[in-house]
Amino acid sequence: MIPELIVNGAATGGVFALLAVGFSLIFGVARIINLSHTAFGMLAAYLLYALVTSYGLNFYLSVLLSILLTVLIGTLLYRLCLHPVREHELTVLVISVALGVLIQQVMVQLFGGTFRSLPSFAAGYLEVFGVRVLKGHLLVLGIALLSLLALWLLLTRTKLGIAIRATAQDREMANLVGINVGWICTLTMALALALAALSGTLIGPLITLSPWTWLQLLVVVLAVVVLGGLGSLKGSLIAAFLLGYTETAVVFFVPMGSFLRGVASLTVMLIVLVLRPEGLFGISFEEERL
Amino acid sequence: MNWKLPAAIVIIIALLGVGTYLVMRPSPPFVPGWTGPIPEERVKIGVFGPMEFSQGAHMWHGAVMAAEHINSAGGVRIGDRRVPIELVKVDTNEILSASDAKSAVERAITVDKVDFCIGGFRTESVWGMLETAMDHRKIWLICGSATDELCTQTVPVNYDRYKYLFRVTPIKSTYLFYVSTKLLRTVVEEIRENLGIAEPKVAVLAEKLAWADRIADLATKPYQGFAGTPYENKSLLEASLGVKVVGAWRPSHVATDLTSELTAIKNTGAHIIFTVFSGPVGVTFGRQWGELQVPAAAVGINVEAQKKSYWEETKGYCEYELLMTTYVPGVAIVENLTVPWVEEYMNRYNDYPTYEAGTYDAVFLLAEAITRVGGKENVDAIVAELERTGTRPDLMQTYRNFPDGVGTAGRLLFDNNHDVRWGPGLVTGLGAQWRNGGLVGVHPYEDTAGPLTGLPAFGTYPGTVPYRLPPRVVSYYAR
Repeated sequence: MIPELIVNGAATGGVFALLAVGFSLIFGVARIINLSHTAFGMLAAYLLYALVTSYGLNFYLSVLLSILLTVLIGTLLYRLCLHPVREHELTVLVISVALGVLIQQVMVQLFGGTFRSLPSFAAGYLEVFGVRVLKGHLLVLGIALLSLLALWLLLTRTKLGIAIRATAQDREMANLVGINVGWICTLTMALALALAALSGTLIGPLITLSPWTWLQLLVVVLAVVVLGGLGSLKGSLIAAFLLGYTETAVVFFVPMGSFLRGVASLTVMLIVLVLRPEGLFGISFEEERL
Repeated sequence: MNWKLPAAIVIIIALLGVGTYLVMRPSPPFVPGWTGPIPEERVKIGVFGPMEFSQGAHMWHGAVMAAEHINSAGGVRIGDRRVPIELVKVDTNEILSASDAKSAVERAITVDKVDFCIGGFRTESVWGMLETAMDHRKIWLICGSATDELCTQTVPVNYDRYKYLFRVTPIKSTYLFYVSTKLLRTVVEEIRENLGIAEPKVAVLAEKLAWADRIADLATKPYQGFAGTPYENKSLLEASLGVKVVGAWRPSHVATDLTSELTAIKNTGAHIIFTVFSGPVGVTFGRQWGELQVPAAAVGINVEAQKKSYWEETKGYCEYELLMTTYVPGVAIVENLTVPWVEEYMNRYNDYPTYEAGTYDAVFLLAEAITRVGGKENVDAIVAELERTGTRPDLMQTYRNFPDGVGTAGRLLFDNNHDVRWGPGLVTGLGAQWRNGGLVGVHPYEDTAGPLTGLPAFGTYPGTVPYRLPPRVVSYYAR
């Protein structure tokens, strides 16, 4: 049972990590609590579905178009709805929920409540240590790790990354040293949206898509980001795998309670937060970001 | 001048105004099939279901077809008058919100003034919906929810309050379990015959919802009736089929990933996966079961798998899945009725009718009862008439040329709990297998009595063919 647990836990953790990486960026680095993050992921998945099934476009071209369209729509909505009130975190929070519900209802109108399945990037399975794993899960795991690495490099090794971090730490000071804060915030949002869209197009084929999918995914993302610690990509990565293994262990050791896998994750999150309120790798001071 | 706030307020008020108008604007009565001016007097039937989901869509489709057939033939006969059936589509959103569902029923009864109610899918929501309907003494024909207790804990417990409640479709959970044991027996016999495995292993994969609890319990828990016998500590399923239940997994009905469950099941060496699904988890199962090439035959209940679109949703990975259903193309439960109706349904909606489309028969039942009673106002008399449904084989129906109670899924006959009975000549339940992109009827096919004591034989229905094991299961165990 141990190899099965290890392999399946890693696969589940990979999915969680990919979902959480964009949210972690925008939540932790730019201090925008975007609760519609997974709704944009879902939007990308639906766009992919529509482009492939309704318009018959090439799958990979559709993936690219879905991501671009999601970033475009999301950035536009950000500039219209969130940017003017970005200083008011609570307002941003509420508006982002409204955006999520808006996207949900648009999907209901366009696609109905019928469950949809996306074509796979890689159909079938591979055996890892004698355990069958969907190729799609392995792909997600790899992309999640690569995304985190790329993001870390961007934030720590590039001028743009430094500007993003500076803006996150002190907007007024960043403005004083010549950083266009508004532009940086928009760019960070676009980056997070691209990651949300990437996760939607990669995870979409692994799940059953419905207009309510974003809410299920949002719970996972929140658990991962909060458990890992706000502002810590490393923390999000570790939390994703911790929760992935927790959920897999529930299925393996308490099969009659496999519906409780989500609850088990949230329980782990609660326990950790009681013992360490800032999360596993949370920051106590702004200077500690990343 | 700060113009943003006033502008925002104006926009919000304008949007609210437009939204309110769109929601509240009076719409003409929906009387499908009726020609000519619509009279004031109508039989107003509310169809209650999760209309954004396929379950609600099938309820609506079945009701629309029935109303159209009756209306186009002149409408419901009340004395010497002819009255059209008006349908009211009520989106209960019950899959997502029980409180939405209860409010929707209250609104339909008090604002839309529906005379009768049909539908109700998710048990957890249906309880509240029914209470509201019973408060208003409205007849409610359940077309969707299978939980035994919806009938056993209502009608016989407080007849005066709950006598207005009947279940038309599906058969109750206990009967669903009975049919499932027959399907399981088919698979078990194939495994014994083709693979030489005397005691096949069965894994139970049942969503965690009220209606599935009883089925999961009967399949997994030691059966009390076996106390003191050699079968002590065995479940009803194990004792009746000679199988070993290796475990039960109860995922959420909306689970989007079952790979861990399927890996754990494969780890047990299970030859059969007994599925009990009504929610979207059924689609997840069909796809991942096939994509992971799990070497175990899948058999049981999977409501999503009853739809034509299931093949596409699972990308064809559902091939060889065996499921219980109510309608299968080409399978004649009632000769000259079931097959033509299923064909008509498929032509109109490009889908197989799922059991929720049994609203078709529910509308006919109501029309028949109203005609026989001579009006829609005397609710108690209509209840008494509904209770007699199917008990008079010599009496022909008013609106279709079939004997009393005969519907598309068999003869409807209610027990003392107002629950639809199951058995030969009554409502049966079919078994169907996914093959080459379509459903093929495989049960009843040379069905004999059993496997549980007292279960009758159903023989062979026209249009059914033998079941086939998934080739990967055969090749895996042949090695």
